[in-house]
Amino acid sequence: MTEGARAGDDVKAAQAAEGAADSPDVRERDVLVRVRGLRKHFPIRSGVTRRRAGAVKAVDGLDFDIREGETLGLVGESGCGKSTTGRMVMRLLEPTEGTIEFGGRDITGLSRGQLRPLRRDFQMIFQDPQSSLNPRHTVGTIVGLPFRLQKVTPEGGIKKAVQELLELVGLSPEHYNRYPHEFSGGQRQRIGIARALALRPKLVVADEPVSALDVSIQAQVVNLLDDLQNEFGLTYLIIAHDLSVVRHTSDRVAVMYLGKIVEIADREDLYSSPKHPYTVALMSAVPVPDPARRETRERILLKGDVPSPMDPPPACRFHTRCWKVQDICKTQEPPLAEITGRHQVACHFPENVPAGEGGAVEVVELVKPGAAADVDAAAAGVAEASVTDVDASGAEAADADAGGPTDVAEPKDTPPTSAP
Amino acid sequence: MPRLLPRRKRDTAAETPKLAPAGPPPEADNFLEVRGLTVHFPTDDGLVRSVDGVDFALRRGRTLGIVGESGSGKSVTSLAIMGLHGNTGARIGGEIWLDGQELVRSTPEQVRLMRGRRMAMIFQDPMSSMHPYYTVGHQIIEAYQVHNEVSGKQARTHAIDLLGRVGIPRPDRRVDDYPHQFSGGMRQRAMIAMALSCDPELLIADEPTTALDVTVQAQILDLIRDLQREFNSAVMMITHDLGVVAELADDVLVMYAGRAVEHGPSRTLFEQPRHPYTWGLLGSLTRLDRDRQERLMPIKGSPPSLISLPSGCAFRTRCPYADHNDGREKTEVPQLLEIEPGHRTACHLDIQERERIWTEDIRPRL
Repeated sequence: MTEGARAGDDVKAAQAAEGAADSPDVRERDVLVRVRGLRKHFPIRSGVTRRRAGAVKAVDGLDFDIREGETLGLVGESGCGKSTTGRMVMRLLEPTEGTIEFGGRDITGLSRGQLRPLRRDFQMIFQDPQSSLNPRHTVGTIVGLPFRLQKVTPEGGIKKAVQELLELVGLSPEHYNRYPHEFSGGQRQRIGIARALALRPKLVVADEPVSALDVSIQAQVVNLLDDLQNEFGLTYLIIAHDLSVVRHTSDRVAVMYLGKIVEIADREDLYSSPKHPYTVALMSAVPVPDPARRETRERILLKGDVPSPMDPPPACRFHTRCWKVQDICKTQEPPLAEITGRHQVACHFPENVPAGEGGAVEVVELVKPGAAADVDAAAAGVAEASVTDVDASGAEAADADAGGPTDVAEPKDTPPTSAP
Repeated sequence: MPRLLPRRKRDTAAETPKLAPAGPPPEADNFLEVRGLTVHFPTDDGLVRSVDGVDFALRRGRTLGIVGESGSGKSVTSLAIMGLHGNTGARIGGEIWLDGQELVRSTPEQVRLMRGRRMAMIFQDPMSSMHPYYTVGHQIIEAYQVHNEVSGKQARTHAIDLLGRVGIPRPDRRVDDYPHQFSGGMRQRAMIAMALSCDPELLIADEPTTALDVTVQAQILDLIRDLQREFNSAVMMITHDLGVVAELADDVLVMYAGRAVEHGPSRTLFEQPRHPYTWGLLGSLTRLDRDRQERLMPIKGSPPSLISLPSGCAFRTRCPYADHNDGREKTEVPQLLEIEPGHRTACHLDIQERERIWTEDIRPRL
């Protein structure tokens, strides 16, 4: 397609210009998306004057890169800001602060008009295939719309192109004149995917692409996304709460908590040796389909709920629920720092770190709550903490009148570590 | 306000076909026994056979996991046990024995007395299953007072005690909160407290953690497990998540299009499954604990319409091995037969053939 070449030229020019400016690292050359200092604060207004009463800090300072052809998985629990991030990368939401570069070009300040020609390079797949397709349009209209909006006439006409797309995603070309309600959930998700692929984008942002689907259909869609990536060299940003789906689909994974990335690493690295206590807890909480391991599995139960993003805890945001919390965690925010290779963690006391590396390090054994009797004192402290303190912090967070999270988590009797 | 629509005509019991007399009561061990349960919904488009012949038994202190995709009939089964199909026009057949009493042939009043005290249910979505207008405490107290002759003060103390037991912090204060003041996890805990208010002997949990984040899910699953140990109650866990099943269930019933296709101890089901549908579910799973294989092995197609099920075996249109049966799959509905003690499957395929397929083709690729 000719427009592809055009966009590519732009990108190359921009990259060249930038390269001359700040002599880039070789491996940064193929970075497709670069996000720096990204913030999104939603104002809360109250009263008749719509006075600004505060802000929901949905995303609060993100830095990450997505390279061409790779899949970045963004995981976290509800309210951590992962969807907001996806929408900002798509420029569907205006960032409060920070920059998003796409193919070397800063797209943050561009107007709608300036953005429109670029839009064909990044497309989105939505979570709910029911509400993301116009029920009054036929499949042909829906999938053909990107061509019309971008005023692109594909070879052989739009209808032919749409029918090819339908075949590509595993639907039949005869579905052209049908309406979305005639399809099952999985098929509707395929229609959404066909629409996203119509203009052969470079980046596809998929927000929970399979979570609304049945297990057997999930697998079909995961495989489809995989095939399309291989065929077109797509770059994916996959946003999901399901750690197993992300493990299966991603090359690199970023874990978010309360608007910040707490850990980002290559997939294998992250899943084999998670370093942030939150990641460790998150992974231990996922039920594993293996009854044989039910009794032996180590699980960490986090205390309470996620604090409110309106008033996140100071310094390390996880400190109200962390079992390794020390005084420094409440006063000093840990930076997202590289520990090994391409593995970045924002924690003062990361897990799974070989001794002698990365400053103050303490490897706490993971303990099954309730099995405290036969483990050493440090571990017993952990187990006790997770059983007795359940919800102490959640209460603070959920009580609107509590005046924000105070020091709810008591310092644990874990052995003192060498302070950095 | 004037009524804009004519009042809906209520289905009366007279319209439902006469039930055959129930069989003999089950052995005392089986706290819950379901025999040949059918739940059909007559609609303008035809008869929807949501549940079409399901049998299982559950003892005290045990957990049965029911898995299946949407529309497989798992929730409809549990609502039938709870007697909650009320005015939906459902035609219920078969037998449901709860502690020696047959429920399908009982009057709604008799079933109502069983609900709460003998059996209780935790629903999927705590937001829509709690009344937003009443405080959480009020809703628990109401349930308790219906079944127990107690004063308001006693009931309130009981409600506070329950909220504390399910891990709500400062229950004496939170008892007067409204549902919207609770977080999702806390609402689900409050739902559990409500379900437990009369110490039910059978607890049915319908996707109790689907709407929750994983860390909260782990808390809730632990809570259910602890409470079960404490009260030695029977638990029916309905879910589409095989991970949750593996975590909690002693036995698993796999449902497809309103029928049970495989039933057995959970280790057997995960380690030696003998039904192609169960293989498909396992092959579709993305796993956290293992690295990815080349590709997932999804089940082709999508679940059939319950109005016009394929003839014979309902799974045949999606089964990769359907043509190994000389056409029997098209004419004969496979029966749920025991292939080894405690392990039943409904499949026409020769059992040796199935063993071979599992060990040679499926298991190595999981």
